[in-house]
Parts: sequence; C-alpha cells; structure tokens
Amino acid sequence: MENLMSLLAMNFFRNALLASLLASITCGIIGTYIVSRRIVFISGGITHASFGGIGMGYYMGFDPILGAVMFGIFSALGIEFFTRKADLREDSAIAMLWALGMALGIIFIFLTPGYAPNLMSYLFGNILTVSLTDILFLTLLTLGIGAFFILFYRMILFISFDEEYALTNNTPVRLFNMILICLVALTIVLNIRVVGIILVMSLLTIPQAISNLFTRYFHKMIFLSIFFGFVGSISGLVFSYVYDIPSGAAIIFALVLMYGIAKLFFIVRKSFTQKQHAL
Amino acid sequence: MMFENLTYMVPLIEIRHLTVGYEENIILSDVSLTIHDKDFIGVIGPNGGGKTTLLKAILGLLQPFRGEVVFHDCMTEGNHHRIGYLPQINNIDRKFPISVSEVVKSGLMSKKRIIKKYAPKDLEYAGELMNEMGIYEIRNKAIGELSGGQIQRTLLCRALVNQPKLLVLDEPNTYVDNRFERELYEKLRRFNENIAILLVSHDIGTISTYVKSIACVNHSLHYHPGNKITPELMEAYECPIQIITHGKIPHTVLHQHES
Repeated sequence: MENLMSLLAMNFFRNALLASLLASITCGIIGTYIVSRRIVFISGGITHASFGGIGMGYYMGFDPILGAVMFGIFSALGIEFFTRKADLREDSAIAMLWALGMALGIIFIFLTPGYAPNLMSYLFGNILTVSLTDILFLTLLTLGIGAFFILFYRMILFISFDEEYALTNNTPVRLFNMILICLVALTIVLNIRVVGIILVMSLLTIPQAISNLFTRYFHKMIFLSIFFGFVGSISGLVFSYVYDIPSGAAIIFALVLMYGIAKLFFIVRKSFTQKQHAL
Repeated sequence: MMFENLTYMVPLIEIRHLTVGYEENIILSDVSLTIHDKDFIGVIGPNGGGKTTLLKAILGLLQPFRGEVVFHDCMTEGNHHRIGYLPQINNIDRKFPISVSEVVKSGLMSKKRIIKKYAPKDLEYAGELMNEMGIYEIRNKAIGELSGGQIQRTLLCRALVNQPKLLVLDEPNTYVDNRFERELYEKLRRFNENIAILLVSHDIGTISTYVKSIACVNHSLHYHPGNKITPELMEAYECPIQIITHGKIPHTVLHQHES
C-alpha cells in the first residue's frame, strides 16, 4: 500500500493515470461507434497506415505523431471516398492501405541515418512515458468527441444504424461520415502513445466486447466501455509496474482477462438458471 | 363511375423517361409512371428486373442517367420528400445496439433538424403508431431480441411516423409468418384510405387482392390499371412465381405488349 502511495506521488505515474482515463473515454466512445457500425477492419487499416507517417516524421525530423495524424486522416478520408466511388473491393483496398502504410514506415526508418529512438514505444506504446503535450492533445480530443457525441447523439446513432434510410430523409450523411471517420483516425493516432500501433485496436474493441455481454443499447455500451477500459488500463498499469513488463501489453492482457471472467460468469449463470428451470 | 374516380386523382410523383442503374450498368431504361394520391400499386417482376432500382430512384438514392423524377408540391415538406420507406429486412443489422423506440423515432430525423428535440406531438404520434402495430410493450427492447415480424412492425412504424403521403415497401413479406403477413396487408389497406402505397412483392397471388393497379418491371415498366393477374401476364414477364388457388381464378387477359 505504501508502495502504491509513493507511486502516486510520482509525476510520470499521475500522467499515466490521466492518460488511461482519457484513453478509456475516447476509445470507449469511438470504439462503440466502430464496433456497432462494423468498421473495425477499416479502423485497423487506418491504424497501420499511420505508421507511414511515423516513419516520415523520423526521416524528415518532425514529431512522428504529427506524421501519424496526417497519414491517419488522409487514409481515413481516402477509405471513405474510394469505397464509395471506385469499383475496388473494400476489404482488399483496406488491406492494401494497411500494408502500404507499414511498408512506407519501414522504408523511411531504414533511410533515416543512425538509429530510431523510441521506435518501440510507437509500436507497442508506453503509457509511463506519456508527456504533458500528449495529455493536452488527448484532453482536447476527449472534449471534442464528447461534445460531438452529446450534441449529435441521435443523428450518429440513426446514420450508423441505417445509412440508406438516413439518406432518404435528406440528412447530411456524407458530412457526418466524414467527421466521424476523422475522429476515429484522431482517436487511434493519439492513443498510439498509450498502447502503440499494434495494440490500439484492442482498446477500441475489447471493452466493447465486455460491455456487449451486459447491454444491447448504444449509450450504455459507451459508458460501460469507458468503465471497463479504465479498470483494464489501471490494472494493466499496476501489473506493468509490479512485474516490470511493457505497459501496453499488460493493459491488453488485463482487458482480455476481464472479458474471460465476464464471459465465464454469464456461462455459469446461464447453466445455473437452466438447471433451475429443469427442476 | 370511372370518370368520377379520375377527377379525384391528384398526381404525387411523375417518373418521366427514367433511365437508371449502377455504375455503367443500365438496369431500367425509359421508364415512365405517375403515382397518384391514394394509389395502391403492386410492383412485380423477376429478380434483377429492377424493382428495387425503381424504388431507389424514387427515394433519391440513385441519380438518373436520363429522365427525371418529378415531385409535386404536396410531396415536399421543408427539405425532404414525404415518402415513408420500408427497406428489405436483410438490409438491417440486427445486432446493432438500438431499441425499438429509437428506431421508430429515427423516422422523425428530417423533421427534428439535427440538434432540436422532438416535438411532443410527434412523440405522441410515435407512441400511437407503436400501440397500433402492437409493439408498444416491447418499445424498450433491443432489436436483436425481436422476431422477424416484430422488426417489420418496427420498421413500418419508422416509415409512417413522419406522416408520409407515399409509403414505399420493398418485399415486406419476406421472413415473416403468415399471420403477420395477412395483418400487414389489412393494415396497408387501411393506410391506403389516406396515403398512396407502392408495394414491391414476389407474392403476386396475395397482393393482387389488395393492390389497385400493377406495374410490371423487367428492365422496362408496363402499367396495368387493374389488379387482375393472369398466368399469361406473368409468363410475358418471366415472373418466377406460380399462382396456386382453389377453384376459379378471376381471369382477365391483358393485351400482349409490343416488343
């Protein structure tokens, strides 16, 4: 306990706690959107495409996250645009973008003289090295997403549920899709610092998978996902500190463990009620 | 008698020489049709003949290659057309986390204007509709928990909640039980006292007793201002459905179309 209190006194750990909270909120909201709308694969494509931007940042000497933001937004809008216009099969197009982004990143980093510091932290994340700037941007994003979802909650829900019907009602479907996919890209990129490119998708999907065991309503799924995401992040953080293992991996592990426990609980409860019925 | 009827026919939508399709493929060419107030038109034809394409052109989901769809003034309200649309049920993601009443209220989207709250009278009407359709008790259930018939009722409420002048239904009788199907058609007949209905269906035998006129769609469109369907008519359009009845079928042979 004393150990934990001294941990809290440390700046980096406070930052890490704050980052977990902001990551849980952004991923809770955006993750619920992508899971409900079944665009997890698209989000995976955006995530990996942004690695190209990270490599570019290294090569040209600017903040890799800035490069990732650019690549993330461009690929998001590209997917949004091309899957409607071009006669390209959507999933193949996304797989191509996915690989292209990674390839560009690798080429840029290879061309960069010397060695790339912190490369591992972009791939696997490190919540313990999150800076105040990172927290500032995450805070802005949280406020932006929060405001957008509160103001336009119904519109987002209805367009996601049945885009075609929304179109027949002459609602600004294209505009909303565009804003939403950009928010998805920003959420992914800013959370790369927390859990890394390889693991960020799990922060957008595992809390939702746990929530989906408890509820079938969009708004409840958002709140539960934020809750489970936060609990998972904190437990992961503590695991990572106590056992000295990478924080991103520890968080994912904690989340999957929570899913397993919740699932087991429901299976046991179901078989129990069935037995009661049988009696 | 007939002329008396004609004088009351207020045109709602005029489709003029419409050619439409997807990408480069023309699905319908040179189609013309006028939908009048209180029409009940059954749209029949083979799969891939362009029934759904016709609906999408009317709904504004597809831009015409040539020709136009003209809406008369009474069909427009604010920035949207007064059409209620019941899509094919397999267009709906049944695992989507949304409740029955949320789906029904989504039909009010165009009225509400993005941020504004729903008007109390709109919500009241939504409640009445759900009650009439027998889904009021399950209004807080998620759609994932519903049967096919219950989802159809929910979607029908969504289509009607905005008080449309024209109701467009795409294959409402798939995946529903017979009891609901009969109930649905009876309800449609009642709605038809106030609004026009355009009904796409495979089930020619049943709809012919409810519709007032028939449009055969097979790359082109032929309009029959009556509701008698004959085997000859269906053969001419390669309709893949047989009529099975007991006793004598009311029988009218229409003239063979040119070409």
